[in-house]
Amino acid sequence: MGMKHENYETVIGLEVHTHLMTKSKLFCGCSTEFGRAPNENVCPVCMGMPGVLPVLNRRVVELAVRTGLAAHCEIAPRSVFDRKSYFYPDLPKNYQISQYETPVCKGGYIEIAADGGAPKKIRLVRIHIEEDAGKNVHEANASLVDFNRSCVPLIEIVSEPDLRSADDAGAYLRELRSILRYIEASDGRMEEGSFRCDVNVSVHKRGAAEFGVRTEIKNLNSFRFVEKAIDYEVNRQIELLEAGGRVAQETHLWDPVREQTRPMRSKEFANDYRYFPEPDLPPLIVPPAMVEEIRRGMPELPAERRARYIREFGLGAYEAAVLTAERETADYFEALLPGLESARTAANWVMTEVLRVANETGKPIAEAVPAAHEIGALLKMVEAQKISLSAAKAAFAAMLKSGAGAEATVAELGLAQVSDTDTIAAACDAVIAAEPAKLAEYRGGRDKLFGFFVGQVMKAMGGKANPKIINELLKRKLAP
Amino acid sequence: MATSAELNRLTIADAAARLRKREISSLELTRACLARIAAVEPRLNSFITVTEKDALAQALAADRRLGAGDAPALCGIPLGIKDIYATKGVATTCASKILKDFVPPFDATVIAKLRADGAVFVGKTNMDEFAMGSSTENSAFGPTMNPHDLSRVAGGSSGGSAAAVAAGECLGALGTDTGGSIREPASFCGVVGIKPTYSRVSRYGVVAYASSLDQVGPFARSVRDTAILLRSIAGHDPRDSTCSARPVPDYERALTGDVAGLRIGVPREYFVEGMEPAVEHAVRAALKRYQAMGATTIDISLPHTAYAIACYYLVATAEASANLARYDGIRYGARAAAEDTITLYEKTRAQGFGAEVKRRIMLGTFALSTGYYDAYYLKAMKVRTLIRRDFERAFEKCDVIVTPVAPATAFKLGEKMNDPLTMYLSDIFTISVNLAGLPGLALPCGYDSSNLPIGMQIIGAPFAEEAILRAGDAFERSGAIATRSPAL
Repeated sequence: MGMKHENYETVIGLEVHTHLMTKSKLFCGCSTEFGRAPNENVCPVCMGMPGVLPVLNRRVVELAVRTGLAAHCEIAPRSVFDRKSYFYPDLPKNYQISQYETPVCKGGYIEIAADGGAPKKIRLVRIHIEEDAGKNVHEANASLVDFNRSCVPLIEIVSEPDLRSADDAGAYLRELRSILRYIEASDGRMEEGSFRCDVNVSVHKRGAAEFGVRTEIKNLNSFRFVEKAIDYEVNRQIELLEAGGRVAQETHLWDPVREQTRPMRSKEFANDYRYFPEPDLPPLIVPPAMVEEIRRGMPELPAERRARYIREFGLGAYEAAVLTAERETADYFEALLPGLESARTAANWVMTEVLRVANETGKPIAEAVPAAHEIGALLKMVEAQKISLSAAKAAFAAMLKSGAGAEATVAELGLAQVSDTDTIAAACDAVIAAEPAKLAEYRGGRDKLFGFFVGQVMKAMGGKANPKIINELLKRKLAP
Repeated sequence: MATSAELNRLTIADAAARLRKREISSLELTRACLARIAAVEPRLNSFITVTEKDALAQALAADRRLGAGDAPALCGIPLGIKDIYATKGVATTCASKILKDFVPPFDATVIAKLRADGAVFVGKTNMDEFAMGSSTENSAFGPTMNPHDLSRVAGGSSGGSAAAVAAGECLGALGTDTGGSIREPASFCGVVGIKPTYSRVSRYGVVAYASSLDQVGPFARSVRDTAILLRSIAGHDPRDSTCSARPVPDYERALTGDVAGLRIGVPREYFVEGMEPAVEHAVRAALKRYQAMGATTIDISLPHTAYAIACYYLVATAEASANLARYDGIRYGARAAAEDTITLYEKTRAQGFGAEVKRRIMLGTFALSTGYYDAYYLKAMKVRTLIRRDFERAFEKCDVIVTPVAPATAFKLGEKMNDPLTMYLSDIFTISVNLAGLPGLALPCGYDSSNLPIGMQIIGAPFAEEAILRAGDAFERSGAIATRSPAL
């Protein structure tokens, strides 16, 4: 199979639907809050009652333009809403208000670091605004519909077929999600259905003039599923072609239980959507002044931040990527820096301690760990050699439980480091005197025993001795 | 002082003055209308729902406001409401089986405005199903008869409103006009009706037929009453993105009676072969009257008139095919029993919609289909632009345009039901006005040899409602014709 794969190239394009973080829906004043009782967030407009009309939520336009600017798109000064007609029980009007011929954003790209290699630009076709549908809930003897999600604002972000592997697709999705969260356009929560993905995949023999026939995979609601579905589909297509078959242009559904894709019945997707301009909404005009105002309010984006961390702090690409993946992580990291000598101290602390606790508790950093100025104080004590790194970790654990400050915790636990040379020298002498055999071995060439002596001295000092001083003293005292 | 038997025949202006002076009460006025409804409804069928109890309660409340002093112009005035308006707590059927039991949880914006102005609603009037028709014969609740001749149609689609006003069942009424649905029935029933400029009045809560053409408008028994009603319902609505923010003028103040120097355009394409001689005669006589009052008439041309009906039946049906997709039996309205969703849709819609509605949905669906969109919908939109330009050019030369409303007076019930194309021709003089988004006023200008009313149409430039109302009012006041109440 490996050989077979090497003869083929994979081509992937992604369509991402993401909810925008607005308080109210796209065309009515209902709340967008997730998790309410079924049909609690509804009104005549989002229920598609007779005679109702849509009124565009301005915030949606701002967030769509923000996304467009973050992805280097061209912002259309005039775009039009269209009706996309199909019958489905969760679609109240049996047409969806979307944008067909003139999306609000055109072109642009997302930059990804593919397989840890050189950055790669994934071009976008478009970003457009549309309304979400409700949700069908199937029970034993009935199908129910919850319209809370009906009319919640979505943007659809369509990429060019520039992705070449499941890893590429994963990197693209993570970067896109990171950008959307940075600019506060979307919370990117896949589990709540606020970030969904359709995948177009084809394979062709290397060197072939044209791309292969593509299939579309729907119903992908996690990054892992996207990657698995692509791998499955690429394998399926290659096996099929190798066996002399042909790939049919069809839509597949991902079955997360069997970890397979299966073709949808043609009835499930064969629609003539009969697009035409929505007569209930005037054209959407985005004046240049509005674009400029939104541009001025843009935060630093993940890619810019990554580059800055490497340039200014001398961090590696991996560290920079981990620290900037979430805006709150990067913000926390930067809040630790004032007064610290080395950014790396803060970087290491965030990557090992802060992210670990945030992951374990499942809470955002602001709730999971003490405020940055407290942790900053702790790290400054480490840098000033007032406490050891292990003492700092002990203090951190205690602070998580008590909520007390760094100074108070270090004092209360008696973690302050002993840097008094005479005291440490006395401890060294006592250990050496107590271990004549080990001393002989060391002096006979077993260098590894140095660590043993350090450990013994540290133990004798109750873990509070300055390790640097122990090292220096022992080197001198153990020398033959 | 009017006796209670005559109260229902008062104009709104008259009734409002008497209410204000406390010569009459809204309760008496409302009771007079309800009594008239009880007497003539078995013969007319103007109403789908009569809201007697609500009307009496509203009348009592209006009397209290009138007693307290500063009551709005329409306080205590009994009105009929086309059954296309969402009325909170009162069935809104659109004359369709599919909405037979639908009770909206909200009021249309214009209903809310009229409520705030203290109007009394005596009931919901009959119409062609989903406003699709020119005779009110396409109603799931049976046709409305013309009060002037019960064997004839009232016109449509707002036939119930026109007949109710003509027969004195209410003092005024609301209709909607997508291709002539206010003006044609006004003409057939011998009352006044206005289709305002597109965007002048909010469409929120008005069941949509063709969104880019639908417009709300009033019926009354005088131009002045029409102006009073229009002032109450017009104006910006944050719930309708297509609704204009322009301030609403006091239309009544525009009624000066002065038409000296008014330039009246007379389009040659609107005096066609095949139209009833009595209609042409009456409109030409009205033009002479205007000249006598100091206006001038100018021959104009609207060259794309011939394409208006074809254009309309593509644009309107395309929009309708999407607008009516929501009637699926899932969330509200009638639902047919079925094993699966597709069958549920098919059965619900097959049983719920009448023949004309189905015809238009199919036509619109076809016009928007892949491979046909450019040839039909897109081309129709281009023709629409040409029709609008025809009017723009014409209004460089004239202030208003006068035409007949329809080529003939009211036709016999059943006469055109099996010939939709002939039926569509009833709207030949009104449809362009909707395509161009212009205001159009219909008012009586004579009677034919069978005593049937003939209507004259006065068309204005966008937002020139004041000009057309002034012209209509001047003609009405000139005494050129004596309007006849139907002998019911």
